[in-house]
Amino acid sequence: MAQNQWNDERMDQIISVLLRTGVLLASAVVFVGGILYLVHHRGVRPEYHTFRAEPPDYREFRGIFKGLFSLEGRNWIQFGLVLLVATPVARVAFSVFAFYKERDRMYVSLTLVVLSVLVFSFFRY
Amino acid sequence: MTVLTFSLLILVSALVAGLLGSLTGLGGGIVIVPLLVLVFRVNIHYAAGASLISVIATSSGAAAAYVREGYSNVRIGMFLEVATTLGALLGAFLVAKVSPNAIAIIFALVLLFSAYLTLRKQPDIHDTRPPDRLAERLRMNGDYPTAHGKVSYTVRRVPIGFLVCHAAGILSGLLGIGSGPLKVLGMDQAMEVPFKVSTATSNFMIGVTAAASAGIYIHRGYVDPALAMPVMLGVLAGAFLGARILPGAGTRYLRILFSVAIIALGVEMFVKGITGKI
Repeated sequence: MAQNQWNDERMDQIISVLLRTGVLLASAVVFVGGILYLVHHRGVRPEYHTFRAEPPDYREFRGIFKGLFSLEGRNWIQFGLVLLVATPVARVAFSVFAFYKERDRMYVSLTLVVLSVLVFSFFRY
Repeated sequence: MTVLTFSLLILVSALVAGLLGSLTGLGGGIVIVPLLVLVFRVNIHYAAGASLISVIATSSGAAAAYVREGYSNVRIGMFLEVATTLGALLGAFLVAKVSPNAIAIIFALVLLFSAYLTLRKQPDIHDTRPPDRLAERLRMNGDYPTAHGKVSYTVRRVPIGFLVCHAAGILSGLLGIGSGPLKVLGMDQAMEVPFKVSTATSNFMIGVTAAASAGIYIHRGYVDPALAMPVMLGVLAGAFLGARILPGAGTRYLRILFSVAIIALGVEMFVKGITGKI
């Protein structure tokens, strides 16, 4: 009976919990980062009209993680955003597993294609 | 203007955008980008970056509810995500190749087209033709809950739906929006998926599509944390509020009102893009 539990409904339930947890966790981290940022930066607002790519501290995982210890609000926000982007990636990764459990080979392959695109974008550079 | 005032103003605007976006089904991204660009004079790359992030948040939040209720079709969603994520990747790479003014013009056209999609009547499709072979092989046919119990549906014209979703993915990656209306169009008009299932499945797909370009957006420096923070929290709070009031709200007038706002933003964006003032 054990393998029959892996039906679409069960999969939907788990995906639902996964998505909600990811979004809540990410929002909480972004919120904390936002408070830290607003407390430390009271000056004139930054200028957003001209595009200069963000510094590596907010672009690369290494820079983002490094700034977490210095309680820099923007690093915390960016860390929260990375968690948020990781949420759908985790959802798709879970779907690979779920389709595998359902013995649906075609959808395991399709989901792997989607997962590779996501992982490529997430970890590139 | 101080950082605090600026952040609060953005937060409130994003909240309203998220609320209207969720009530009308158009999503918050489509209105927050022109708002940031035209009203707050934010560079279109930063605006798209902040919007794309908020799109992931609202879509994942909404999908969590829809999936549980059994409206979304995981197989249709996953199959079409192959098209949308590849498109999103392409769109995100194109951002650096296309001039900001051209992006603004494309955005304006998408705004006008979305307003048209919202205002037009939804033709109901009833079909008695034999089911589609490809859809059957892909196990896309399913059922969904209605007031009269579960109703089953069959899916058709999968390749057209796939192409439409690929285009939706490109636009999502290029403009930092969810492209929900276009995905719904591909599903309910081309593939004849029931409207309710289309919307739920589209919501499910939007987050994954946006995540495919978000990685590149972050690595290329389009996502500014200080700007993305109030946008994401505002849109998410607005969408959450919208989901609470949705049943019963006079959405018809809201849709008309919102569409008028979108047309106005679209025209303004178009003019700015054409005259090179973005």
